[in-house]
Amino acid sequence: MPQETNLPNKSVLTPFNIVAGIIILAGLIVTVLRFTKGLGTVTNLDDNNPWGLWIGFDLLCGVALAAGGYVTSAACYIFGFKRFHSAVRPAILTAFLGYALVVLALHYDVGRPWRLPYPIFVSPGTTSLLYEVGLCVFLYLTVLFIEYSPAALEWLGMKKLRNLIVRMTLVLTIFGVVLSTLHQSSLGALFMIAPSKLHPLWYSNYLPVYFFVSSIFAGLSMVIFEGTLAHRFLHDKMDATHLKESDGVVFGFSKAASFVMMGYLSIKLIGISVDNNWHLLFTGWGLWFLLELIGFVALPAFLYSLAVRERNLRWARWAAAWSVLGLVLNRLNISVIAFNWHLPSAQRYFPSWMEIVTSIFIVTLGVVIYRFITTRMPIFYDHPDYRHDI
Amino acid sequence: MENVFHTLHDFMLHTESITYVILAGILIGLLVFWRFLTGRDSKKRTF
Repeated sequence: MPQETNLPNKSVLTPFNIVAGIIILAGLIVTVLRFTKGLGTVTNLDDNNPWGLWIGFDLLCGVALAAGGYVTSAACYIFGFKRFHSAVRPAILTAFLGYALVVLALHYDVGRPWRLPYPIFVSPGTTSLLYEVGLCVFLYLTVLFIEYSPAALEWLGMKKLRNLIVRMTLVLTIFGVVLSTLHQSSLGALFMIAPSKLHPLWYSNYLPVYFFVSSIFAGLSMVIFEGTLAHRFLHDKMDATHLKESDGVVFGFSKAASFVMMGYLSIKLIGISVDNNWHLLFTGWGLWFLLELIGFVALPAFLYSLAVRERNLRWARWAAAWSVLGLVLNRLNISVIAFNWHLPSAQRYFPSWMEIVTSIFIVTLGVVIYRFITTRMPIFYDHPDYRHDI
Repeated sequence: MENVFHTLHDFMLHTESITYVILAGILIGLLVFWRFLTGRDSKKRTF
C-alpha cells in the first residue's frame, strides 16, 4: 500500500526539477514583462488577430482536454460503470488543474485582468456567448474544486467535511455534465460570429456540436494519456485496486473514444455536405482539413478499435496521444491557422516566442502541481480510513 | 465541380439530397464499425 507521506529523501536536483525550474523561471520573467509593459511587448496580437496562442491553445485546448473530468465522473456515477471508479480522482484532478490554469492563462490574455469578475458580479451581459462561457467556467471550476476536495480533506484528516462533500457526489456530477455541455459547445459557437474570417471548411452552423462531441473523445483520450504517464512515473503511488482496474479503464475508454470519433467524423461529413463545400476539399486548405480529419481523427479512431479488438494496451496509449494531438490541431486550426486565412501573409498572426514560453510555463505549472498533489494525497489509492466508500 | 444555384430551393434540394444519401451510409457504416469494435468482446464484458 502506498504511504501517504512516503517522500524519500532524494536530491532536489533531478532532471525533471531542473527543466521545470528553468521553464518556470523563464515564465516568471515573461509574466513580469506582460504585467509591467503590457500585451504589446510580449505578444504578436493586433486588431486583426486579437485572439492568439493563449486563447487557441491555453483556453480552447485546456478546456477540451479537461473534459475527462465530466466524462469519467458521468460514466462512473450516472451511467453506473463502477469499474471506472479508480479513474475518477485522477480525471477530476486533471480537470480541476486544467480549468484553474485556463483561468490563469486568461489573466494574461485580457487587457484588464482585474476586471475578470465584472461580467459575473457587476454587469452581466446575459445575451453574450462569452458571458455564458465565463459563467459556466466560473461555476464549473467551483464544482471541480468541490469534487476534488475530498482527496485533500482525507489528506488533512477532516473527516466530517469530507463525508458531507462525498454525499453530494451525484449532484456535483450532474452539475458538471450540464455546465460542460453548455460551455464546451459555446466555445465553438463563439466562432460563428466570424463567418467571413474562418475558412468555410472549418466554419459551420454545427460548430457548437463539433466542439462538444470532440470534447468527449478528447477527455477520454486525455484520461488514457494522463494514466499512461502516471503509470510510467507515479507507479509506486498506485494501490492494487487502481492497478487492477487500469487496463479495463484503458480498453473501456478506448472503445468509447473510437466510436465517438467515428460519430464526430460522420457529423463533420454532414457539415461539408449541407454547406456544399466539396469543391474546397481539393484546394491546399482542403488537404490540410483532410489531414486533420483523416490523419488525426479517423486513423487514431481506427487504431483505438484495433487496440480494443487485440487487447493491446500499447496501441491504445499511442492512439490516445495521437487523438490529443488531433484535438490540439483542430482547436489551433479554428482559432489561429484557418482564422483570417484570406489575409496576406504579412498580416497573418504567428505567436511571439514569449507567448510560446508563457504557454509552456502554464503547462509546466500544471504538471508540477499535479505531481505535488499526487505524491501526497490519495489520488491513485484509497485512503485506508475510507476504503469501503465508493 | 461547383454547381451554380439560382434559388435557395435549388441549393437546398441539391445539398439535402446528397446529405440524405450520406446519412444512410453513415447509419450503416456506424453499425458495421460497432460490430467491428465489439466483435471480439466476450459475452460477460460490457465495455
